[in-house]
Amino acid sequence: MKGDFPTLFERSRSGRRGTRPPSVGDVDLAAMLGADNMRSEPARLPELDELSVVRHYTNLSRRQVGVDTSFYPLGSCTMKYNPRASEAAAALFTELHPYQDPESVQGALQIIYELQEYLAEITGMDAVTLQPAAGAHGELTGMMLIRAYHESRGEGEQRRVVLVPDSAHGSNPASSMMAGFVVREIPSGADGEVDLNELRAALGPEVAAIMLTNPNTLGLFERKILELIDAAHQQGVQLYYDGANLNAIMGWARPGDMGFDVIHLNLHKTFSTPHGGGGPGSGPVGAKAHLAPFLPVPTVKREGERYLFDYDRPQTIGRMRSFYGNFGVMVRAYTYIRMLGAAGLKRSSALAVLNANYLRKKLKDAGYIIPHDRLCKHEFVAQPPAGLHALDVAKALLDYGYHPPTIYFPLIVKEALMIEPTETESQETLDEYVTVMAEIARRGQEDPDWISHTPYSTPVRRLDEVSANRHPRLRWKPEE
Amino acid sequence: MNIPEDRRYSKTHEWVKLEGDVATVGISDFAQESLGDVVYVELPESGRQVAAGEAVAVIESVKTASDVYAPLAGEVVEVNESLADEPELVNGDPYGGGWLFRLRVSRPAEFESLLDASAYAKVIEEEE
Repeated sequence: MKGDFPTLFERSRSGRRGTRPPSVGDVDLAAMLGADNMRSEPARLPELDELSVVRHYTNLSRRQVGVDTSFYPLGSCTMKYNPRASEAAAALFTELHPYQDPESVQGALQIIYELQEYLAEITGMDAVTLQPAAGAHGELTGMMLIRAYHESRGEGEQRRVVLVPDSAHGSNPASSMMAGFVVREIPSGADGEVDLNELRAALGPEVAAIMLTNPNTLGLFERKILELIDAAHQQGVQLYYDGANLNAIMGWARPGDMGFDVIHLNLHKTFSTPHGGGGPGSGPVGAKAHLAPFLPVPTVKREGERYLFDYDRPQTIGRMRSFYGNFGVMVRAYTYIRMLGAAGLKRSSALAVLNANYLRKKLKDAGYIIPHDRLCKHEFVAQPPAGLHALDVAKALLDYGYHPPTIYFPLIVKEALMIEPTETESQETLDEYVTVMAEIARRGQEDPDWISHTPYSTPVRRLDEVSANRHPRLRWKPEE
Repeated sequence: MNIPEDRRYSKTHEWVKLEGDVATVGISDFAQESLGDVVYVELPESGRQVAAGEAVAVIESVKTASDVYAPLAGEVVEVNESLADEPELVNGDPYGGGWLFRLRVSRPAEFESLLDASAYAKVIEEEE
């Protein structure tokens, strides 16, 4: 399992084959497909026998750490269990084609329609689009809605600034910039929440929106949220809710009721569809009625017993993704919602919060520092005991078979370990994790040399992060 | 922690060295240590007018990306081009070869209002 792992291209041997597809026979492919679409030289595909391919992928998968192999408390990512039932449901739809006549895919459209309705109800929004392909894409969509709204009121030129707290997910300022805004940072108070006075001082006629996540990235509920939103609305400022942390409050509090105008959700977090490995994710966007006219087209509407695509939205910002979004992800989220029901979703949030608080208390007893030590929501931020670094603790965890927590984020806490256990972990798992974290702390303090060289058991040891950043090799290329 | 006395500092961990009306700006040893290995430095365009406290550069490290603020108002007259190929100079030589940009300052007298080495040492102490 150790060491170098050749790619399929490097394992390739000229002429080797697995299955041999039948010949196309006497068909004139150029006439059929268009001469422009014909290759002048064959694609450089790897050539292998079937068993080699099976071994390649099986061995690759054995190097994987995921929620199916171990506890994965990656803060802000909500790495909960992805039920196999959702996978089975998604598999029923794999033969659909997006160009099919809508009449022939009424069941699929019904799922899209009902999922729009469920997400609107869960978040307290009036209309939902399922188009965005993932969270940051949802953020961009939401910020474009806000921009279109201000433009429709003749305030597009004037309202160019988006306020973002210094604890925000990095995607928030990035999405604002992508949507053409200028970002201004708002400092957090000593309690880890947005400083209301700083925020009030930053509000003005040039401000278009505030992007917030609640609970925030410290896992703390913004207790002054109603005052904060009221102050913003009085100045014509729109409120954006980053739904990354929705798992903390689902069924208990609705962003729409708090006063948020637009929200994105991460189906791959809160609604338990797979994520990691590049997705696909899904980042639906919900909007209040005044922003609904700008939503991307099409959405799905219902007329009597029929479901159809609705393109009738003259003020739309346009299409945000080809076809209708990541439909397979929608089926999984839909299945999850139907399996749990309203009571089950509410209970899953409660258990996520309970697990986070249990772990927060136990890690504190184990010597970890909790800088904002109060009742948290679904996640919390800890710091390693004196003398230890977050990076070293993270690397040591690999040797014990755990995926590390999020580290060095949020930026407002030094040596941050951001831990989110989710509701799907048992008390036994959490207890085992605490035992390991305590051992890492003790051993690391006794033997700094040991911890600074972890991990010892992984296929590759400490990676050269500087070279990886400066000279990234994003794909394999043949040596010319 | 190395805090040379021949220059002044800001609360946001930039150092400033003034020669005539030209201020050279970099980040402190404490700042580079906190950031970790620097992988990329985004510098302002020469000729840009900047206000004191304005974000003018970005330093990306393996841990984080962090804004660098102009400690004084003025015009950017030169940037450290060698950081494009050797961003690690910010870590290895923060007070020398790792300088970031030079400003022709509008009001050189404001230099005196920046922190001296001992005042900056106290800022670090409070942060730790």
